[in-house]
Amino acid sequence: MTESGSRRGADEGGTKQWELVVGLEVHCELATATKLFCGCPNQFGAEPNTNVCPVCLGLPGSLPVLNRQAVEFAMRLGRALHCTVEPSTFARKNYFYPDMPKDYQVSQYDQPINAEGHLDLPSGQRIGIERAHLEEDTGKSTHVGGGGRIHEAGHSLVDYNRAGVPLVEIVGRPDLRSSEDAKAYAAELRAILLATGVSDAKMEEGSMRVDANVSVRHPGEEFGTRCEIKNLNSLRSLGRAIDYEARRQIDLIEAGERVIQQTRHWDEADGRTHTLRSKEEAYDYRYFPEPDLVPVVPSAEWLAEVEASVPTLPAERREAVAEAAGVTPADAALVVERGLDGLVLAAIAAGADPLRVLTHADHNLAVEGADALDPRALAELVTMEADGALTATQAKTVLAEMVAGGGSPAEIAGAKGFEAVSADALGDVVDGIIAANADEWDRYVNGDDKTRGKLTGFFVGQVMRATQGNADGKAVTALLEQRRGG
Amino acid sequence: MADATPATTDTAVAIAEAVRSGERSAREVLDTHLAAIDAREGEIHAFNLVLADEARAAADEIDRRVAAGEDPGPLAGVPVALKDNLCTRGVATTCSSKILEGWEPPYDATVVRRLADAGAVVVGKANLDEFAMGSSTENSAFGPTRNPRDTTKVPGGSSGGSTAAVAAGFAAVGLGSDTGGSIRQPAALCGVVGMKPTYGRVSRYGLVAFASSLDQIGPLTHTVADTARVLEVIGGHDPADTTSIPEAMPALESVLGDGVAGLRVGVVRELMGEGIAPDVAARVREAAEVLAAAGAEVGEASVPAVTYGLSAYYLIAPAEASSNLSRYDGVRYGLRVDAPTTPEMNLASRTAGFGAEVKRRIMLGTYALSAGYYDAYYGKAQKVRTLIIRDFAAAYESFDLLLAPTSPTTAFPLGAKVSDPLTMYLNDICTIPSNLAGQPAVSVPFGAGDDGLPVGVQLLAPALAEAPLLRAAAVLEEGAPS
Repeated sequence: MTESGSRRGADEGGTKQWELVVGLEVHCELATATKLFCGCPNQFGAEPNTNVCPVCLGLPGSLPVLNRQAVEFAMRLGRALHCTVEPSTFARKNYFYPDMPKDYQVSQYDQPINAEGHLDLPSGQRIGIERAHLEEDTGKSTHVGGGGRIHEAGHSLVDYNRAGVPLVEIVGRPDLRSSEDAKAYAAELRAILLATGVSDAKMEEGSMRVDANVSVRHPGEEFGTRCEIKNLNSLRSLGRAIDYEARRQIDLIEAGERVIQQTRHWDEADGRTHTLRSKEEAYDYRYFPEPDLVPVVPSAEWLAEVEASVPTLPAERREAVAEAAGVTPADAALVVERGLDGLVLAAIAAGADPLRVLTHADHNLAVEGADALDPRALAELVTMEADGALTATQAKTVLAEMVAGGGSPAEIAGAKGFEAVSADALGDVVDGIIAANADEWDRYVNGDDKTRGKLTGFFVGQVMRATQGNADGKAVTALLEQRRGG
Repeated sequence: MADATPATTDTAVAIAEAVRSGERSAREVLDTHLAAIDAREGEIHAFNLVLADEARAAADEIDRRVAAGEDPGPLAGVPVALKDNLCTRGVATTCSSKILEGWEPPYDATVVRRLADAGAVVVGKANLDEFAMGSSTENSAFGPTRNPRDTTKVPGGSSGGSTAAVAAGFAAVGLGSDTGGSIRQPAALCGVVGMKPTYGRVSRYGLVAFASSLDQIGPLTHTVADTARVLEVIGGHDPADTTSIPEAMPALESVLGDGVAGLRVGVVRELMGEGIAPDVAARVREAAEVLAAAGAEVGEASVPAVTYGLSAYYLIAPAEASSNLSRYDGVRYGLRVDAPTTPEMNLASRTAGFGAEVKRRIMLGTYALSAGYYDAYYGKAQKVRTLIIRDFAAAYESFDLLLAPTSPTTAFPLGAKVSDPLTMYLNDICTIPSNLAGQPAVSVPFGAGDDGLPVGVQLLAPALAEAPLLRAAAVLEEGAPS
């Protein structure tokens, strides 16, 4: 267990440890062509109230018709989260809010489409998923005046373009124990949403929205009273809000007070959570079965099609890279996140040194078009570097050229004049530099380690200048040491 | 006072065939009906809105098409009254509520489109109990409708306007909606045929919802043949209503002459006892004899759970209504009463916009769905619903059709029951079970009560069995006392 940004760990003086408990509820907008219950475009950023019709405006007499693609996306996501896909029904969640056209939200309640799955973090930790259900999004209110807060606003404007956009709500189990784990969970979920193609999962645009249920306890005790934190628009906010909230709850308890079950709002500007409403003020949603929709019972054929459409998932891809490169799955996380795992695996298969390939993928390939590299060319480059034919700096330059314009590393290196300086030739250069700088050489040979360290830099620099940078710094250092000893 | 002679009783079938053949013009047919409206609408108040100009234009278009050799369809030139909870593009649709003040739907209900495609001519938007909640059409924000057979009496409800329009000869066909008897009960009280089809037979798209799992649109007509024809036009699958049945509409009009020989008909014991007026019960027994004389095997059926129907209905329907009517919040359309905050504006608008009965049902339904009460009320009511379906299924093992009264009494005086909601609710005791079971039922005029006012008898059938249901209805129509 690692110490992290959370308030975990032993306090001085033998006070009991605090354990943080976090469960995330994530809403993501599905990237369907049309809305959940009508044919209006599901499109971000259109002129207000242009993507609307009688159904998504909830006009009297209108009726919903379920979008097949949304169901399919929900099932695909469910399978990617290792859920079982169940026959499901819709329910109405009743509460008044101006951006909700019917003053109820059509959602899934006691019979969600996906139940009981899990998500594996790069660290290997398994987080339970209680359910992942379908529901419709609301419109968007803009409060004019009063600093944008509803209670002080002079008036409010409502845009119903978002009303009826399909959402999947993914309810995670309270298995997370630190803000770092929570961020890793959100990042991993985002990677799965992108890999499955069901959502563009942009936290800033609101197509992925994370609420955090946070409580604290002493390890081994019952769960503490939780607070739900809303308005988390980035992974950074998520981490900060959880840490703040945990500290707030610990401070309350240590001061002899109690945590009250609340919904709280994260304020990014002041770095605090603020009360939105307490449990007593919570809505009674009066859920009941939505009579305008029939149950969703996917056929075996449809389920099989969906199953076949689930791509290889990030966790499996990390495993594959880890196995091929002899590293941990966590070490493979970055290349998988960048979608470079296919390239890396192919380059390794073509005979390249795995660690050098990973190093390049991690440090030098965070660029557009990197995934289109010819893996054999990458393998060739890595081999040239390993054989001393190219320095690390040269290899990086050549690689950039390869990404930009293709071509073989040998040709690019040749064109750049990155001729390999042979060991013999390099020895001659080093000897020449020593002869031309006798004083410095004397101090190098007879001086203390500190002096020699400084002068190593001097001699390497001179050799680099003499070879127009085509020498390998490590090889030069080795030659200097050899000359000193010999 | 009593006036049993409507201005015109031309049937839809007769009008359509005369217009199609060029024997009558749609315009002349319309003018006859508009004349009837001019003569009596002042005392009846069947309509919230008469669309005389639009109707004349539509009728003229029908005549132009006939002259051009086209067939405008099976309802060519038939004047229709639409219950004012059916959406009409660009024409105010009020549900007889102040809350929808000024609202004009941007679209037509599926049934409205299908009627127009069949050549029908809409003459007006008919009065109803506000949001279809009531049994007398007295709960209208625009005043009550009166029974054309006796204007001191209610026409029944909630489709009282559409029904009175047909009974008074203002329109040959009325469209109503039936959530707990709102087509059949006024049909019985006004002496016309009124049918609730199988749930899902007719698209609800464009019907302003009262209780979505119970609502069904159906016709009000002079004859069973007219009902068959209208149902064939308005029924059938609609992709815009997920709950509409995929099966094709069976032929109805062409099988009406097939009779009832060999059909087993059961008189529902539980709906013939307490609370049913003796004259009404007597007509039901006579109707059973007419069916038996026509070759049906008539016996007594038992559907024990129907006695719980009213209780279950008054939990399920208000629960759904409380949700369906939430959208009338003053934000987007209809009445807005301004107030300092949004919740206060919602409250002020709804307080001013809804009538007493609507508020009563919203409160009942909200309570029934509340945390901690759901299982005891809504949950229990759904179990009763399942029981009723089960008991009907058992009865239909022994019978093809069931027979019962439509309304416990003939039409009652205006104002007689408005102050006592529970007594008013009892009007629907015989009609509610079919809504809860999602099954078709039809009310056929069958003689008169001791007061000389019309009595309706009700035939019930299993889901999708509209054809045998209407065959039996045709036999009762033929054999009814004149």
